[in-house]
Amino acid sequence: MAEVDYSTLKKGGFMRQKQKDNFSLRLAVVGGTLTAENLKKIAEVAEKYGDGHVHLTSRQGVEIPFIKLQDIDEVKEELAKGDCKPGVCGPRVRTVTACQGNQICPSGNIDTYDIAQKLNDRYFGRELPHKFKFGVTGCQNNCLKAEENDVGIKGALDVKWKQEACINCGLCAKVCRSNAITIEDGKVVVDYDKCNYCGRCVKSCPTDAWDAESAYLVSFGGTFGNAISKGEYPLPLITSEEQLFRVTDAAIQFFDDYANPSERFKFTLDRVGREEFYKRLKEAYNG
Amino acid sequence: MGDFQIDDTVDITDVVCPVTFVKAKVALEELDDGQILAIRMNDGEPVQNVPRSIKEEGHQILKLNANEDGTYTLIVKKVEEE
Repeated sequence: MAEVDYSTLKKGGFMRQKQKDNFSLRLAVVGGTLTAENLKKIAEVAEKYGDGHVHLTSRQGVEIPFIKLQDIDEVKEELAKGDCKPGVCGPRVRTVTACQGNQICPSGNIDTYDIAQKLNDRYFGRELPHKFKFGVTGCQNNCLKAEENDVGIKGALDVKWKQEACINCGLCAKVCRSNAITIEDGKVVVDYDKCNYCGRCVKSCPTDAWDAESAYLVSFGGTFGNAISKGEYPLPLITSEEQLFRVTDAAIQFFDDYANPSERFKFTLDRVGREEFYKRLKEAYNG
Repeated sequence: MGDFQIDDTVDITDVVCPVTFVKAKVALEELDDGQILAIRMNDGEPVQNVPRSIKEEGHQILKLNANEDGTYTLIVKKVEEE
């Protein structure tokens, strides 16, 4: 048998197990979504080539353990028939995670799966000095824990009151957790300096008396492994997809340009200094 | 309730989510198109979610009144699906 190139194997998502010549095969999953067809094929491969079980990873991935070294090519071919692709590990852009978002969840402010797919198309597997993680959460309930990621995207709503549809029930002022809404002489007044764009006013409104546009809050430099640190929010509200991707492009490029090998984004920012990074981000933000 | 002719009332202060919405929905189902239901509900989670949920079922929310005892009364006009 040819010399085994573990780094190539690892890039293709085959992770060496403790047991000699056994690999746990990581699959590419975007936004925690698999089709029934994918799942059938995964089950078939786990039974035929693995030991009949799969592992759901901490970041919405699927791994099939106990794949034998000699079966690797065959397993790849077999999985491709079910439209399943190998995932990645190592120093590159990892699985893009997402909650269900506004296509399913009543709390969702953005279409997280769509954003996750676009991020995946743009960056998945891109070679970098170290691992780089994106996570997309639909709202401030933060089920997906955006700030754990190198870049975390959180769904927001840019809101504007519509007087003509309002029945003055007062619910919006009541549900607002940042005390940004007051009602003065039957008029709803929003203090945008206090508004955190959570969208609770819109979600609770029984008469749709708000114009609400999907928007994004983006955090940078989160890591939750050996060191634990929350991503930070240096930018104001991002109001278009185009602007969002300008900002994510700038962040990943900064990491690519400045990070030392095996250095997570947070530590690059600590070392190089956030001022320079925030300056680049603001330029991207402004276009 | 001032301006509206109430056809029926339901009290959902004795149940918790998700039964609050279910109880209100059942009461609405017993009405005819265009009739008006008053729903008495608790502060907190019910008043934050029930009005919106009923609106999303296609009914028309006419008013939300704050009662003196800390509960709320939602006035809903039933809208039959086409």
